[in-house]
Parts: sequence; C-alpha cells; structure tokens
Amino acid sequence: MSTENTTATAAPAADSRKKAPAGERVADWADGRLGIYSLAKANMRKIFPDHWSFMLGEICLYSFIIIILTGVYLTLFFHPSMNEVEYHGSYVPLQGQLMSEAFNSTMHISFDVRGGLLIRQIHHWAALIFLAAMFVHMMRVFFTGAFRKPREVNWLFGFLLFVLGMFTGFTGYSLPDDLLSGTGVRFMQGAVLSVPIVGTYLSMFLFGGEFPGGDFVARFYSVHILLLPGIMLGLVVAHLILVFYHKHTQFAGPGKTNKNVVGMPLLPVYMAKAGGFFFLVFGIIAAVSAIATINPIWALGPYRPDQVSTGAQPDWYMGFSEGLIRVMPGWEINAWGHTLVLGVFIPLIIFPLVLVAIAVYPFIEAWVTGDKREHHILDRPRNAPTRTAFGVAWMTWYFVLLVGGGNDLWATHFHLSINAITWFVRIFFFAGPVIAFIVTKRICLGLQRRDKDKVLHGRESGLIKRLPHGEFIEVHEPLNKEQLHTLTAHEQYEPLEIGPTVDENGVERKVKGSQKLRAKLSKGMYGEDTQIPKPTAEEYKEITSGHGHH
Amino acid sequence: MSSQENPAENLPSEQESAHGAVAVADEAHPFADPGLPPHEHRVQDIDEQAARRSERTVALLFTISMLATVAFIASFVAFPVDKSVYIWPIGHISALNFSLGMTLGVALFCIGAGAVHWARTLMSDVEVADDRHPIEAEPEVKAKVLADFAEGAKESQLGRRKLIRNTMFGALAMVPLSGVVLLRDLGPLPEDKLRHTLWSKGKLLVNMNTNEPLRPSDIPVGSLTFAKPEGLEEHDHDFQTQIAKAALMIVRIQPDNIKDKRELAWSHEGVVAYSKICTHVGCPISLYEQQTHHALCPCHQSTFDLSDGARVIFGPAGHALPQLKIGVNEEGYLEAHGDFDEPVGPAFWERG
Amino acid sequence: MKKLSARRRHPLAAVVVLLLALAATGGLYAVFAPADKAQADETAQSLAIDEGKKLYAVGCSSCHGTGGQGSSDGPSLVGVGAAAVDFQVGTGRMPLQQPGAQAPKKKVIYNQAQIDQLAAYVASLGAGPDIPTKKQVSPEGADIAKGGELFRTNCAQCHNFTGEGGALTHGKFAPSLEGVSPKHLYEAMETGPQNMPSFPDTTMPEKSKKDIIAYLDAVNSEKTESPGGLKLGGLGPVSEGLFAWIFGLGALIAVAVWVAARTAKAKKS
Repeated sequence: MSTENTTATAAPAADSRKKAPAGERVADWADGRLGIYSLAKANMRKIFPDHWSFMLGEICLYSFIIIILTGVYLTLFFHPSMNEVEYHGSYVPLQGQLMSEAFNSTMHISFDVRGGLLIRQIHHWAALIFLAAMFVHMMRVFFTGAFRKPREVNWLFGFLLFVLGMFTGFTGYSLPDDLLSGTGVRFMQGAVLSVPIVGTYLSMFLFGGEFPGGDFVARFYSVHILLLPGIMLGLVVAHLILVFYHKHTQFAGPGKTNKNVVGMPLLPVYMAKAGGFFFLVFGIIAAVSAIATINPIWALGPYRPDQVSTGAQPDWYMGFSEGLIRVMPGWEINAWGHTLVLGVFIPLIIFPLVLVAIAVYPFIEAWVTGDKREHHILDRPRNAPTRTAFGVAWMTWYFVLLVGGGNDLWATHFHLSINAITWFVRIFFFAGPVIAFIVTKRICLGLQRRDKDKVLHGRESGLIKRLPHGEFIEVHEPLNKEQLHTLTAHEQYEPLEIGPTVDENGVERKVKGSQKLRAKLSKGMYGEDTQIPKPTAEEYKEITSGHGHH
Repeated sequence: MSSQENPAENLPSEQESAHGAVAVADEAHPFADPGLPPHEHRVQDIDEQAARRSERTVALLFTISMLATVAFIASFVAFPVDKSVYIWPIGHISALNFSLGMTLGVALFCIGAGAVHWARTLMSDVEVADDRHPIEAEPEVKAKVLADFAEGAKESQLGRRKLIRNTMFGALAMVPLSGVVLLRDLGPLPEDKLRHTLWSKGKLLVNMNTNEPLRPSDIPVGSLTFAKPEGLEEHDHDFQTQIAKAALMIVRIQPDNIKDKRELAWSHEGVVAYSKICTHVGCPISLYEQQTHHALCPCHQSTFDLSDGARVIFGPAGHALPQLKIGVNEEGYLEAHGDFDEPVGPAFWERG
Repeated sequence: MKKLSARRRHPLAAVVVLLLALAATGGLYAVFAPADKAQADETAQSLAIDEGKKLYAVGCSSCHGTGGQGSSDGPSLVGVGAAAVDFQVGTGRMPLQQPGAQAPKKKVIYNQAQIDQLAAYVASLGAGPDIPTKKQVSPEGADIAKGGELFRTNCAQCHNFTGEGGALTHGKFAPSLEGVSPKHLYEAMETGPQNMPSFPDTTMPEKSKKDIIAYLDAVNSEKTESPGGLKLGGLGPVSEGLFAWIFGLGALIAVAVWVAARTAKAKKS
C-alpha cells in the first residue's frame, strides 16, 4: 500500500547516512523489501489498556503456542498406527501385553525418552488450560459487552477457536489408544451411528469399516496435528490482526472515551509485560506438569472393546456433552423397518445448540437495540442486567451438564445415589437457567441501585456522628469527580416502541411480525424493571444543595 | 436481521464529556468526564536507590533463570530415566520428570517475572491516550471503491455475457464433486455387517480368563463370567473388531427368579448369556449387581434387569441387551444355538 | 485397649482364653506331630464351631436367623463358607451398623480368633469356600501384566482402572481397593460379598486371582510409583479438569492480576 512512499524516501536516505548503525541498516534492508517502517509507525507505540481480564486472551494464545511447540516434539516419537505389538518397555505391569503401536509409542515417550513424560504432560495440561482460558476469555468478552460493533466478527472467530479447540482436544485425547480414550471413541462411534439414514455409512467411512478397525488413530492423527491446528492457527492470526486493528476496549473512567484508548505503549511496556507473560504462563504450566500427572495411560492400559473402567469421562471441555448423553431418557422409535435413536440423536443435536446459544446472542442484542454505533467502552455487567442474566443462565446450563457428565464421581464422593443426581440434572437442565436468570437480574438491579445511592448520597464512611439534638447519623462522603463520572458513564437503552398501528386517518399501518417480536424483546431487555434509571444531574444538584444546608 | 425500518430508535445519547483533558465538570455538569488524572510518580521514579533495587531484583531473576537452565541440563544428564524419588507430599515420582519440570518452570518463570518487574517498576508508567478512528471508510473512499468495482465489473463483461457466467458457475459448482467422490474409499458400505457376529450354532462359549470352554457347573448363582466364541484368539488380526461385537456376559440366576419367559427358554438351567456391549453407544456393560440382577453401564448408567430379559430400567439406552440362545453339547460344554437374533451394540437407522 | 479390658470380665472371656490356648496348643501340636494332624484339627475345629455358635447367637442371629437360615433382615448363610465370614467380619462390614444401600467397610469389632470361630461355625452350616492360605494369596511369583488384563476384563468396570472404586445404582458403590489385604481381596473374588458377583475358582482359577492381587499390589499400594507426579485420586479427567481450572488457570489469573496491577505510587508528603 505504501511501497511508493518507502522506496522514494529510502533511496536518498541510504546515500546520506552511510554510517548508520548496523541495526538500522538491517532495518533499512528489510524496509526496502517488506515496508516495515510503515507497519511499525502504526503499531510500535500502540496503546494497550491495563486490566487483568484483558490478559485472559494472552493465556489462550500462549498456551496455544506451548501446545504447538510440545506437539511438534511429540510427533517425533509417536507412531500413529494401530498394528498390534507386544509391549517390552520398562513399565513392568504391562510386560508382554498386546497393544497398538500408538499405545506402545506413547509408553515409550513416557518411560524411555528422557523428558518425554514432561513434554507429554505439558502438552496435555496446556490443552486443558487452553480450553479453560478460552472459556473464561469468552465469558469476559460476553459480560462486558466487548462483542458489540465493530467486534462481532472477532467474537465469531474466537467462538470458532473454542469449538475447534474442543475437537482438536478430543482427537488428541484419542490418539494414545488407551482404554479410557478408546471408550470415548466408542461413544463417538455410537453417536455417529444414531444419525438417521446416513449414520451407518458415516461410521463405516470414518473408521474404515467396523469399529474399531485399524484406521482411526492414523486418521485422527492427521486431523489432530494438521487439519484442525492449521485452521486454528489461521484464525488465531486473524483474531490478533483484528484486535490490533480495532484497538483494545477499555472500561469507563476519567479521560477514557469512546474515541480514545488509554494505556501504555506496546514498546516497551507491553512488549515486556506480554512477552514476559508468555514465559510466566509457560513456567507455570511446566511446574504443574512436574507436580501433577495427567492421563497416566500406563495405569489405564491399552484399549480393548470388551474392556471398560468406571469413571469413563472425556476431558473437561467435552464434559457437558457427556452430561447431555447421560441424563437423556432412552427414547427409541422403531417403525417401518427403521430405528430412530432419539436417546442418542437428541443429545447429538443439543450439543452444538448449547454452544450456538451463546454465540448468536450478540447478534440478537444488536438486532433488538438497532444500535449501529461503535462501542469501545466496556459495560460493567450490572449495567446490562438482561445480558448478564442470560450469560449466567447459560453458564448454569453448561455447569449443570458438567455435573451430569461426572455423575458417578459426584455419587461416590458425596455419598449420593447416581439415579438421584441424574434426576437432579434432568430437572435443572430446564429449571437451572431460569432460576439463575431471575436471581442474576435481581442482583444486577440491586447493584445498580447501590451505585445510584453512592452517586447521590456519597459513600458510607462508617463514621457515626451525633447531631446536636441527639440523633446519630452515618457520615456519607461525597464521591469525587472521577468516581461520579465512572459510575454514570454507562448508557441506558429505552425500550423500542412500535408506535400506533393506526395512523391519524384511521388507516391501519402494517407492522411486520419481526418488528413486533423485536419490540417485545426490547421491552423485556430494557423495559420496566430491567434497569434502574441512572441518576441525573438535576437529582444530584437537588440533593447536594440540600446537603449544603447542614 | 438488520433493522432497516426503525419506527422509533431510542438510542441513548452519548455521554457528555469534557473536551480536552482539563476538568470542566462544573455545577452544570456534575458527571462530566474530568479527563485523565494527573500522573503520580512511583518510588522508583523519584528515588534512584529504589530504582537500583528494582534493577538488582530483575537481574537476580534473570540470573536464577540461567542457573535453572544449567540445573535442567544437569538433571537431564544426572538422573536415569527410571529413577524414582519420594517427594513429600506428592509421593513416589520420577526424579527426572520432577527435576526437569521444576527447573524448566523456574527458568521460564523467572524470565517472565524479571521482564514484568522491569516493566512495572522501571519503564515509564505514564498513561497515554491514543485516538481511535472510525472503522467505516469515509464516504469519498466508499464511493471511489464502488465506482472502481463497477468499472471492473463492466470491463469483465460478466453481466452481459450470460453464457460465460452460467457455465463458469456450473463448472465451479461441479468441480468439488471429484473431491467428494474420492472420499468413497474411506470405508466399505455397511451392508449387513452390523447384524452378524462370530457366534453360530455349535460354537463353544470360551472363558475369557482361562481360554477354556465353559461348563454349566462352572457357573454358580451370583457369579459373573465373560466369554468369547471358540476360535477367536487375541493374536487374530481382527480380534478387536470381532470382540467388539461378540463379547458375552454370563450369569446364573435361579430359574424361579427369571421373570421373562423367553429368557428362561434361551438359558440353560438358569445360565444366561447376554451381549456385553451396551445398546446405548457400545460400552462394555458389566457392572453386575448379583443381588438385584441389575447390570449398570459405567459410561452412561443405563441399567438393565438381567432377570427380566435385560430390559432397560434406567438411563439412556433404548432397548434390551440381546440374549444369546445357549445349550449344552454332548460333552457337557456350553454352546451357542446360533447368532444373536438382533444386532448387538448401539442402535442405528437400518436396525429396524 | 479399653474394649479389651472391658471384655476381660465378659462371661465368655474365660472360654475364649481357654479356646485360644487350646487353638495355640493344637496349632503347635500340629506342627510337631504331622501324623496326628487330622484328629487334632478335628478337635480344635469342633471347639471352634461351638465357640463360633455362641458368638453367632449374640452378634448375628437377629438378622441371619438362629440357624443361619436367614430372615427378612439378612440373607441365609448356609453354604456361604468360611471365606465369606472372614471377609465380611474381617473388614468390619458385619455386623451391620444400620440398614442402608450397602454395608460399608468400618472398624473391625471381633478379633481374628473370634472371626475364625464364627467362620468355622458358618462353614459347618453348609459347604462353601474356605479361608485362603497365606500361600494362596501371596502375590509372589504371579504375572502382574496378566493380572492387569484380568483386572481390566473382570474388575475395572466397577472398581476403576487401578481400584479406586466407583458408583453403582441407587447409592451402592464399588469400594476403593486401596489398602485391602490380599486375603480379603481373594475372599471377595471368591465369595462375591453383597452385590459384587463372585468369581469362583471354576471360572477364575487360583492363579488368576493371584495375578490380580499382584497387579493391585503393583499399581495401588503405598509403594506404587506415580512417575508423572500427583495422582489426583486416580480418577481421570474429572479431577484433572478441576486441577487445571483451580491450580492451572487459577495460578495464571493470579499472575495476570500482578502483571496488570498498578505499581505502588510514591507517597505524597
């Protein structure tokens, strides 16, 4: 875009500055070919706001990099093959057992390659943390409204990364071909079989024949190390480019407006903080991998389709789908020579819907508000009660399902009946989100009221004062200008009005159904009882002038 | 989804904000933006000694990192891969894994901690405001782009030459079909593969534990035994695929306690043989409670009543476990009277 | 200690002491006089049965019936064998403290001699599996790897990969096998206590049971190594997930708070 400029200015500069330092000459060389000066001009002193929750995305990025680094190392030793071999490595309790080469080579990595176990554990711990960090990062973006224009596309990129991360994790978990992961793959195959009409075909094609066959490890391997991470890498780059392009959001505060971004420059502060944070993340994950074991396949044993262990769960990020399948009643319809396996197929359908529910919310909100402006100031969750309540309801839904996915462990560790837990999850799958929605909204409104009180009457100081006539009062300290601004900076939407459906001449105006729905939603989100009107300057002046008479 | 027609847009007004950094929050605008607060100095900014202390801390952290890397290499060389140590409170663990992980962790963490401490205490902490620019293009830019596009589109003549357009779309739509066709050989067609197992008339029930054929007298009431068809050996190349369908679970129930008539008829003196593969999604179900005769699946808790035709009494499974009709041959060994009369394992569309 | 001193004045104490003495004498005698073994055993045996009957009448008959025929509160003990008694009473599961989904392991009430007498009495009601000998249950010389395969085929479905235990229906559970003595493991397999199915010698020979005991000794005992670090209960992905969230992500967020926090400002004077 700016090649003309750079060549034009670089040529004479090269003549006049013969004794430029080596670093500058290298930069000149690169600039002449890559245009790095123009790039750096916009980005070198780019401003990033400071807040711990803005670093959650960095945890995701860094754990992703750690996973790629350790993953490459693991590919040097792992054999993605299902040929059966006898084990003759150094772990005694498996001596002479038949196992696939995949399992055998994972044993080799764990027991005979120096540091192999550490890298395996870093890889797996980083994967769990990667998904957990993406979840928390996504919730941060959701609850602060950072997904609003212009960031909707980046929200979708992030969402896709989370979903792809789940499947990359699942395929990776399956590779060692141990008794636990094999059970998981068997479950997946059973779920694929339940798909009406094409299920058996899909299963045969996926596994190269009947389950387990001899192909799935090799196939999952290429999906796990090439296809999915390749797509994810592209999405990560796009995600980061957009973060740079949009500039980071910030919380309301003195000096912070929708038209600026306040913080520290990339060079040097953020270079040091973000760069340093990479090492901190890597260091902590390495220490966790030194202290705690993960997926000890030697204790699980090689996969055999006629063996199983209790406590068969997927990694946590697939836990909610496990919950769905565990609590579903066993419905099955047999008619006209065909079977519709609703007991498995319905959970298979709800599984993506759970995820889509949170992904589409930003678009619904944008449609209801009709707000086309850019938003760079974050909402405090309490100031968007309906959104916050929806988010908490969704998380409740998700965690109720996670409980369902671990129902056997809840049963043994809390001395409960597994059947009772299953029924609890069945009921709270529906009731949980509703309760969470109502409670959260109430809490948000309460917090808004408190903010309003603080603005109008000041902060409770805890000092008790006795008035001349004997009355005791607590002294309220008025807030300073900064606090007053911060607590009143949020915007409040008015509910949408459709207006009269009949005009002044008595002619009926056509109102589309979608508009009626929109108005209804808008009333639900911003109408009565959904927000506390924020204090106005008039209210404030009236009260403060009253105080002045003391 | 966009709102072309908004009868009444009630967007809130922009927050009143002070123009410029100087506070103008006055009587009239008590909530106006007072602007960035003035910068306050850190100890390190005004006290050179404190700054030196910070410098030494950062350098110390970087030095610890170097030492940790040396320790990493030393432990790699020093500890044999199978050496075990007891570390309280973790337990008996691999010396190599623990030392490599901890030294690597310390080496990395100290680099990070050093860099962050440096940034926090010594680098400038003056907050800077940067202007944002709207993402949307200026109207002139937009007009220029649209005009350029129209020009290009016109020059291509795509709109005029419908024949080119239609055939091009046709070609582009069809070419991916080759890729789809290529996927055909990923696997065989299902045919009736899921309907048959290795069991057939006269095949002996072989004990999984001993690899010996079973006699009814081997199996007392309350016991649990797993069996495979005679002739299937662990070293067979298709063992995994065959056992995934043929695995059997054998229990003995007092004939008076068997509620299902067909179950009784297909058993031998109360010895009943059920498929071990769950009808839900195929886990090997075998959590047999001998007093209740219930069998629970460890994966998703489908519960089957083995004394009542293995019907489902709880959980997500949709139908009973298939039963294998068994009897005794002339030598007194348990044998199958044929294959299962229905497909084993998870249900599928063609199951019927 | 307190219990022992309290029992000293029990009317049966003298009999117990006498019996113990007799048993000890008999045992010694048996060692030195193998020729007369059968007869000596028989004498000790019948004494033990008598003693056991008395203990039974006090501690067990209310549920299992005066003759071990069973009642609505407890199953018949005819034919369960000495091994079943040794397991149930020796792990404290019997006598039952309170009715529930199943009898849990608890403090053992009887001493081994009393348990042996009870076992002898119940064994006299009908033939059943005997208490295994030391040699039968010793993991020495067993094939650990084969034991692992057998464990995964026969036991892991309820007791988890390495015997950490697991849930059954309606509040019942398969207990953890950690710290369970080889003798009790053997007896449990042989007799199938409570809802556990039995794995008799006819389908799971003595050698296989030894292999399983040896496997458990290798993978779930105090000396078991966990090369990768903390086992996290050996429960798999659920505890791993919790650990990743609480300690992994928790530590990272704590660090992030430090990275993003404002540095302390110099005090204004």
